[in-house]
Amino acid sequence: MAAGEELTLSGHIQHHLTNAKMCTVDGSVAFNKACSEAGFWTWHVDTLAWSIGLGLLFLWIFRSAATKATTGVPGKFQCFIEMVVELVATNVKDTYHGKSKLIAPLALTIFVWVFLMNLMDLIPVDFLPAFAGFVGEQALGMDSHDVYMKIVPTTDINLTAALAIGVFILMIGYSIRIKGVLGFIKELTLHPFSSKNLPLQIALIPFNLLLETIALVAKPFSLALRLFGNLYAGEMIFILIGAIGLMQLPLHFVWAVFHILVIVLQAFVFMMLTIVYLSMASSDNH
Amino acid sequence: MNLNATLLGELIAFAVFVLFCMKFVWPPLINAIEARQKKIADGLAASDRAEKDLALAQDKAKDQLKDAKAQAADIIEQAKKREAKMLDEAVQKANAERENILAIGRAELEAERNRLREELRKQVAALAVAGAEKILQRSIDEAAHSDILEKLVQEL
Repeated sequence: MAAGEELTLSGHIQHHLTNAKMCTVDGSVAFNKACSEAGFWTWHVDTLAWSIGLGLLFLWIFRSAATKATTGVPGKFQCFIEMVVELVATNVKDTYHGKSKLIAPLALTIFVWVFLMNLMDLIPVDFLPAFAGFVGEQALGMDSHDVYMKIVPTTDINLTAALAIGVFILMIGYSIRIKGVLGFIKELTLHPFSSKNLPLQIALIPFNLLLETIALVAKPFSLALRLFGNLYAGEMIFILIGAIGLMQLPLHFVWAVFHILVIVLQAFVFMMLTIVYLSMASSDNH
Repeated sequence: MNLNATLLGELIAFAVFVLFCMKFVWPPLINAIEARQKKIADGLAASDRAEKDLALAQDKAKDQLKDAKAQAADIIEQAKKREAKMLDEAVQKANAERENILAIGRAELEAERNRLREELRKQVAALAVAGAEKILQRSIDEAAHSDILEKLVQEL
C-alpha cells in the first residue's frame, strides 16, 4: 500500500476486492490496470489459479482415497472420505429418484470444491495478498499496491456464474433427455395455466412461456447470486474488520466462527439445490 | 458485475473436475462402500443363522440328553430287575440244593440208623439168646427156637 491516496479505508477495501487481471492488449499480455479496457477477454488469474488449485486438491485427496479404498476395515482417512461420500450419496438418493451416473459425482464435486473455496475465507484477509505484494515487489519489481490477490474464488461472480451455468446446461440437457424436445417445450408452454378449450389454451401460451422461462432462468441466477452474495458479504466484513487495527482480533475470531457455518451451509445449499433442480428437470409429472 | 472470460475458464474447469470425479473418484469409493455394506449385511445374516443353528443344536442336544437319561434309567431298571431275578433264582437253587443235601443226609442217617438198629437188634437177640442160654443153663437149639427169637427181635 504505497501510494498515499490509496491508504484510505475505501482504497484498502477496493484493493482487496479487485482481482488480478490478465489480458492481451495489442497482441501482448498485459496485467491489472492495463486491462480496464479489455472488456470480456479479461482473465482473473487469481480466481482461476486458486479455484483450479483447490479443485485439483479435492480431486487428489479423493482420488488417493479411492485408489486405496478397501472393502475391509477402512482406515481413518478412508472413513472420513467415505463419510463425505455417504453424505452426498444419501442426499442424492433421497432427492433424485431417477438413475444417473452423473448426479452423485456432480454433487460431490460441487460440495467439496465450493467448500474448499469458501474455506479460503478463513485465512486472515491480509496474509496472502500482503505476501503476494511482497513477492511482486521483490521478485518482479512491481509496486506492491499494483499486485492484486483475491484468494476466495467464490467471491468472484465469474466462478459462481460458471457453476450455475454448468448446472443450467445440465438441467436443460436432462429435461430434453427425459422428456424429449417436445415434452420440454410443452412443459414451458402449457403450464401453469392450462385449459380444455383449445383456442384459450393457445391464447395462454405466451403467458405460460413467460412465467416458465422466468422460473427456469431464475434457478441458475439464484444459485450464482446466493453463493456469490453470501461469500462476498462475508469477505467484506472480514476486510472491514481487518481495517480497524488491534481490535480486529476478537472481532475476527467471532466472525470467523460464525462464518464457518456460512461456509459449510452455502456449499451444502449449492449442492442440494443442484440435485433438486436436476431432479425437477428429470421428473415428468409437472 | 464484471463477467469476463474467467467464466469460460471456470466452466471448463468445472466440467473437467466433474468428469474426472465421475470417472475416477466416485465409482471406486461408492463401490467400496456398497461392497462393505453388503459384506456387513451378509455377516449379520450369517451370525443370525448361526445363532438359530446353535439354538437348534442346543434343543437337539437337550432332547438327546433326555433320551439318554431315560435310556440309562431303563437300563438300570432292567439290570435291577435282572439282579433281583438272578438273586431269587440263586436263592431258590441254593434252597433246592440244601433240601437235596438235607434229604440225602437224612436218608443216609435213616439208613445208618436202620442198619444200627438192625445190628443192635441182632446183638440184642444174640445177647438175649446168650442170656437165655445162661439162664436155662442149656443150649437151646437155635434152629428150633428161632421163631421165638424172631418174635423177640421183633419186639425190640
